[in-house]
Amino acid sequence: MSRYQLEVRVVPRAGLLDPPGKAIHHALHSLGYLGVKDVRVGKAIFLQIDAPSEREARGNAEEMCRKLLSNPVTEDYEVSVLGEVQDGTDS
Amino acid sequence: MKVVVVTFPGSNCDQDCHRAVELSGGEPRYLWHRERGLSDADAVILPGGFAYGDYLRAGSIARFSPAMEDVIAFARQGGPVMAICNGFQIACEAGLLPGALMRNRTIRFHSFDQYLRVETTDTMWTSAYEPEQILSMPVAHAEGNYEADPDTIDRLEEGGRVLFRYVDATGATSEEGNPNGSARSIAGIMNEKGNVMGLMPHPDRAMEAVVGSVDGRSVFQSLARYLSGAVVR
Repeated sequence: MSRYQLEVRVVPRAGLLDPPGKAIHHALHSLGYLGVKDVRVGKAIFLQIDAPSEREARGNAEEMCRKLLSNPVTEDYEVSVLGEVQDGTDS
Repeated sequence: MKVVVVTFPGSNCDQDCHRAVELSGGEPRYLWHRERGLSDADAVILPGGFAYGDYLRAGSIARFSPAMEDVIAFARQGGPVMAICNGFQIACEAGLLPGALMRNRTIRFHSFDQYLRVETTDTMWTSAYEPEQILSMPVAHAEGNYEADPDTIDRLEEGGRVLFRYVDATGATSEEGNPNGSARSIAGIMNEKGNVMGLMPHPDRAMEAVVGSVDGRSVFQSLARYLSGAVVR
């Protein structure tokens, strides 16, 4: 059994209005960053999961996304395995 | 009518709902989120508030509480469930109602009286209203922007399952009459069987003239009428 560090990104589905993204877009423009053409705001969720393999750790996280971490009506998710955590010393 | 009001940590309209049931001649009782047991219930209310702090997404964590397991089973057996505001968000997360409530398009928390139009009176939730009656009820939410895929919304419309729409002072749907940006100005819907209703505005806070509106009474009266055995649908 190893411990894996994973990052889950949950983002509003493309095409749906993202009011926080729109607000930040306006704010960046008012700061003079006129080159910004789109802003979308999502969440990053960091997980440490004990699993026999990286594949199973990823599978667990994807199941969590479907059950709880994302709303399938309005959001998409993406799971990345960042690496293995060394026996409780690293986080 | 015996009505169970579920209280989650963070619920803040459970007492309003309790009182609304009393004012409608019913017998309310609370059910704490960790408790089970709906065997005596004629109906259940999921009240407004910020269950579990609305962490992650409004309603997303509340749906996994022990009380909700019983509410989901109760609803699947055809038991009436009234899901108001945060309760509506919880019911969507639990799959009792289709769609989702997204952030208001203004990004702001909306707290004001809002005009609504009754879209159908042929339901257990709206039979005591007049067709196309214009109502005023408080809204209090940051995520009230109803969203579902177009097919789902078409099915809601075709099935007569859109119960309330946001309207402006003239009673018409319009951009300004739909402040949170809901798809087709939808404020309240029901499930296919008709036994689960979700709405963002607060009938529970529009029960007495002293608080500014009595337009919520008919929701509770409709339910009482249905439970007393009067034929509605």
